[in-house]
Amino acid sequence: MNPKFFASLAVVITGFVLLYGVSDFPGFGDPRSPANAGVEGGSPSASLHYINEAYHDTKVPNIVTAVLADYRGYDTMFETVVIFAAGMAIFAILRCVRKDEEAVVAPPAKSSIDGDHNRIIVGMTCRIIIPVVQIFGLYVIAHGHPSPGGGFQGGVILAASFILVALGSNLEDALSRFSEKNYLTLASLGVIIYAGFGVLPQVLGRNFLDYGVLQKLFLTDGPEMARYHSILGVEIGVALTVMSILFAIFANLSSRGTLKGGL
Amino acid sequence: MVEFFLNTVKPNFNYWVYVILMMVGLWSLIAKNNLIKKIMGLAIFQTAIILFYVSLGVKDGATIPVLEQVPVEAAGTVAAASTAGAFADGFANPVPHVLMLTAIVVGVATLGVALALCQTIFKEFDTLEEDELLRKIKALPDDV
Repeated sequence: MNPKFFASLAVVITGFVLLYGVSDFPGFGDPRSPANAGVEGGSPSASLHYINEAYHDTKVPNIVTAVLADYRGYDTMFETVVIFAAGMAIFAILRCVRKDEEAVVAPPAKSSIDGDHNRIIVGMTCRIIIPVVQIFGLYVIAHGHPSPGGGFQGGVILAASFILVALGSNLEDALSRFSEKNYLTLASLGVIIYAGFGVLPQVLGRNFLDYGVLQKLFLTDGPEMARYHSILGVEIGVALTVMSILFAIFANLSSRGTLKGGL
Repeated sequence: MVEFFLNTVKPNFNYWVYVILMMVGLWSLIAKNNLIKKIMGLAIFQTAIILFYVSLGVKDGATIPVLEQVPVEAAGTVAAASTAGAFADGFANPVPHVLMLTAIVVGVATLGVALALCQTIFKEFDTLEEDELLRKIKALPDDV
């Protein structure tokens, strides 16, 4: 029997069961649904608490940022560790530093953003776009508090700018600006910054990631502003890790772990 | 048919889209022979989950969960549940956004690991087709 027949059968049955359950789900956009308002007769949804109290607890207008970096700080910290671990896994799987394998790779065509007239349009476009992209990335990181943004998004934008260097000229060019040593250091540094913001309150006698007590260090008016500034610090740590690891993934994948030639 | 569409599908169209997308991903995970196509199925599956979560947080007439004006005292003290709910109705549920924000980036990272594994497999066996891979692995001597 064709194995695809069983696959189709399994998919159709699963899909039918899921669609059968859909009729019991709350309607689209219903503000009274369990996810948005809590179970009837039970406790209200945590999201109500976040929306009502996040500003008074942290002084951060963007509720998503407040929940991400403060209320669910543990979760976000280990998400960052997962990204770091994924980068290390790719490093362990692909990266080869043996001489014989490096010799197989053809030497890259001589080209860079500055030279090579064959790529003058691409080179000039990248030259104009990349600084703007990087400034925008920094803006997104720094303005995660009052507007949509934060460490994950800004880190991805910064990584995209370095990937654009690699696409616009070649991988060596990108690596000469953001070398392997640098991105591995920055990736670890990001995790260390986040964990450091967790350990500092412990040193001051409170729980892990309980930023409020840092007002003694930051000399702020109250625990809310200490949380506000700690959230920014944590976002910067996240951004460093995300930027470095995403660029590391691209560099290793596109060059099959040799970091030579590439696309 | 039109009746069914209007009465059953339309009020819950977000769930229908997520189930269909999820099944497309699941089918390609199970049935496809090529490892890259399996990874694409995984990504589609993940997109379906993200769509499901984000659609759960939608509220009619609500805006993004970013406070444009700083709330005044009324919401400050732990107000009665009814008034707190009324204030919260103006903003989309932030919790699914938070969960999916990290899930997207972690998804990219895991996708990278999957592609790295595929590259290594291709370097070793010169193929990404599952049946050919199984044949070549069986043909290997035992002590390798």
